[in-house]
Amino acid sequence: MSFWRSPGFWLNFLLIFVGGALVLLIHQDTLRETAFTVLMYIALASSLNIIMGLTGYVNFGHIVFFGLGGYFGFFMLSQMGWPLYLSMLAGGCLSAAVALVIGAAVLRLRGAYFALATIGVNEAARAFVANFKPFGGATGLFVNFSVYDQYGGSASALWWIFTLLWIVATLTVVVGYLVKHSRFGLGLIAIREDEDAAMVMGVRAPLAKTIAFALSAFFPALVGTLYFFKNGNVEPEDAFRFQLSLEILVMVMLGGKGLVLGPILGAFAYERLRGYLLISPLFKNLHLALSGGILLVIVLFVPGGVVGWFRERFPRLRRLLE
Amino acid sequence: MILEVKEVSKQFGGLKALSDVAFELPEGQILGLIGPNGAGKTTLFNVINGVFTPEQGRVIFRGEDVTGRTSYEMARRGLSRAHQVVRPLTDLTVRENVMVGACFGRERLGLRAAARKADEALTRVGLIDRSDQPAGNLNVAQKKRLEMARALAAQPYLILLDEVLAGLNPSEITSMMATVRAIRDEGVTILMIEHVMQAIMSISDRLLVLDYGTLIAAGPPKEVANNPQVIEAYLGDPKLTAKLMAE
Repeated sequence: MSFWRSPGFWLNFLLIFVGGALVLLIHQDTLRETAFTVLMYIALASSLNIIMGLTGYVNFGHIVFFGLGGYFGFFMLSQMGWPLYLSMLAGGCLSAAVALVIGAAVLRLRGAYFALATIGVNEAARAFVANFKPFGGATGLFVNFSVYDQYGGSASALWWIFTLLWIVATLTVVVGYLVKHSRFGLGLIAIREDEDAAMVMGVRAPLAKTIAFALSAFFPALVGTLYFFKNGNVEPEDAFRFQLSLEILVMVMLGGKGLVLGPILGAFAYERLRGYLLISPLFKNLHLALSGGILLVIVLFVPGGVVGWFRERFPRLRRLLE
Repeated sequence: MILEVKEVSKQFGGLKALSDVAFELPEGQILGLIGPNGAGKTTLFNVINGVFTPEQGRVIFRGEDVTGRTSYEMARRGLSRAHQVVRPLTDLTVRENVMVGACFGRERLGLRAAARKADEALTRVGLIDRSDQPAGNLNVAQKKRLEMARALAAQPYLILLDEVLAGLNPSEITSMMATVRAIRDEGVTILMIEHVMQAIMSISDRLLVLDYGTLIAAGPPKEVANNPQVIEAYLGDPKLTAKLMAE
């Protein structure tokens, strides 16, 4: 399809591309740290959107792919001495492979049962990794700080990591857009609307769902590897944060599920809001309660999220807000 | 024969929904399927297009044994279906709905070709002026047409129509019947369930009658209509019925 002629594609692409490029140009450390979190959230939310927004399967355990893939990537990097980009890809492939296996089993469940199973998957993965010797068990893995020398010292390594994350986030958004506007994506949306009717029309639902699941699992692993490399260590409690999994879900819902622009804006808005709440003395212990409240309000009153609401109010903007 | 159903039985727990149903459908015909409520008509459709697997018997489609194939495999082999309870993909536009049929049906078209095919099918069923609306906004008659367009866009060999006339007013029925005839004239075989007797009598080449999961009659519509067993299934005691009719 001629996606390069679509204004919706360019809006999504430029938002993230120009945003990241500006940060690189300004070259300021605090800005980079904020932008790192924003881009990480965008990549996580956009990848979750591939399974949740398109096929309608609500995944509470999306963070498992960030954790497991990131763990594996970090393992290859710190223990096997692989270069960063190869380790990332290794993590992504492992994550996608795990999703294929889990998906083949769990995607048979529908609705609330699927959602419950995904929570179980995350907890199981955390328990497994915490007891898995090659991954360092409960203490996790550390990177030898001399590794940063390959990137010209730790300060320049941080910029290098940021650049890679920028590319990964852009790629996630572009892939999300292409999938949504492909024949495969049309099949996924048909599954979301009515899975049985979609199958009668010839959509090979079990396979399509599993592929979408694996695709949505690939990108969080890349983000995970970068995130853990930036921290210099990885441990089970940090890798499988159920809380973060819920927050990603809120981002997707806030922006608008099923729309490429939704998770981008949702992630950005949520990060800003969270940052504000964490430093405000009144709310600093309440930010999760507030995000729960946001989720409730969205589900009840604006199920399409912010972007979905705008699309409904202003049909003319539909071609732009995709 | 495009479709052969051989001694098919399907059971739900203790309930025998279909027992030893057998019939053949030659290419290019319109075969009507009638019977009282709960006779197993929709279950038979579900067995034919792979939603259910029968406990016994075989389904042969275009010379190939397709018993136990999934519904999406059947769609790819050229079997389409319009549902009794309309199932539009509400968030998609009318055109996108039909594109799903074209993309994943027998021809497995790409998006662009599917969009053209969808417009063609929508023109056929008279829904082309609605093509950019969300499918959820259509009324019942339009949703039935949409079901039909979706089935057509897949370019099937055989199409299963499950009560496409139900809930339509007389003029809508007339135009829907014309559409069904036109589809048949293009060489698509049709198997249709219908409760609107006048319509099914006039349109079918042959009729099948199901009652309590058993095929009780088969043949040309006139013959079937006068079959005492059929009258009994619908109205009860044939002698009493004859007496009532006479009065």
